[in-house]
Amino acid sequence: MSISTTSTSDRAGTPAAGDILATAREQVLERGEGLTQEQVLEVLQLPDESLDDLLALAHDVRMRWCGPEVEVEGIISLKTGGCPEDCHFCSQSGLFASPVRAAWLDVPMLVEAAKQTAKTGATEFCIVAAVRGPDERLMAQVAAGVAAIKDAVDINVACSLGMLDPDQVTRLAEMGVHRYNHNLETARSYFPNVVTTHTWEERWETLRLVREAGMEVCCGGIVGMGETLEQRAEFAAQLAELTPDEVPLNFLNPRPGTPFGELEQMSGPDALRTVAAYRLAMPRTVLRFAGGREITLGDLGARQGLLGGINAVIVGNYLTTLGRPAESDIDLLGELQMPIKALNETL
Amino acid sequence: MAEPAAGGAAEFCDQCGGPSVDVGHERCASRRTLEPPRFCPQCARRMVVQVDPFGWTARCSRHGETHS
Repeated sequence: MSISTTSTSDRAGTPAAGDILATAREQVLERGEGLTQEQVLEVLQLPDESLDDLLALAHDVRMRWCGPEVEVEGIISLKTGGCPEDCHFCSQSGLFASPVRAAWLDVPMLVEAAKQTAKTGATEFCIVAAVRGPDERLMAQVAAGVAAIKDAVDINVACSLGMLDPDQVTRLAEMGVHRYNHNLETARSYFPNVVTTHTWEERWETLRLVREAGMEVCCGGIVGMGETLEQRAEFAAQLAELTPDEVPLNFLNPRPGTPFGELEQMSGPDALRTVAAYRLAMPRTVLRFAGGREITLGDLGARQGLLGGINAVIVGNYLTTLGRPAESDIDLLGELQMPIKALNETL
Repeated sequence: MAEPAAGGAAEFCDQCGGPSVDVGHERCASRRTLEPPRFCPQCARRMVVQVDPFGWTARCSRHGETHS
């Protein structure tokens, strides 16, 4: 992978303002070509009166290029808190006065969480650690945990352990970790406002190594961290250039004690516009509703998102905060006649 | 939400650690629906909290463990 400093490929026929939905219908729905950065910005600038039409189009795109299945995942924090990095949104940084204390999960509890996750019908279980990158102790714990889960539960195991070196990437692939999450978090141009202890390019390098090793790439970020709409569109284009297998989309949940703790939550319409815009930028990816949706969108947001471009959810709780009850999302999928993706399928 | 450990009253807010009798816990109350407890309601110590997909446990070094 190379890092481009410009938007995705320039396409002819950039529409006049107001025509973007018609253009997206022809370009994305019919031809399967994602919107460019400039086109995504036009979508993000659409008025609230156009939101229903936008969501309907994003849903049509998702159904056309991904199908009706929804990928369900549970996540667990293997190592909580005490992180040396300064990601300004994160309550697990050891550099901020956050109430989150460091904690480690043992392997039996990890396996139990995977079993409970699988009972919901979920096919993905992601092990997460709040670290810059894994040390030998963490790698050993992950190896033991992944092996124990694979012995006990029929579920795909993913990991999110920060930045990796080539040897660690190889070892994770050999353990049978099928997907690796490493979020770019935000647009390259805004990243220095969010993290100062490492660079966007270092994250990109880990993603490159993950892909080379044959693992699926999971990469998304958080919107509502003070970035402009232009930067939100820039981020969509940078993700589209990466072509990740999965994009988890989080909405900032301001954490007490963090530098972003007093930021306002983004509005529900802005969040839904972002969901739809990212779907139109990446018509074939797994676009996952992740953290912050409960406080940003409320209970109604789950339905609107699933009918507006989302085709994957995290069920149950998050790493340090609580989510909707898993059964609420599972029941909703049944009501919407959206089958849970089976274990042997690849979207 | 679990009750405070046996024999203890909720003297402190489990979200901010401040005295429960103080005013200004409205934000804590709204936060509580989507947050596990962070501070021991008996002594205000920061607790070690583990969230899993379906619940949480919170351990105070003095007053023991509570769970969802």
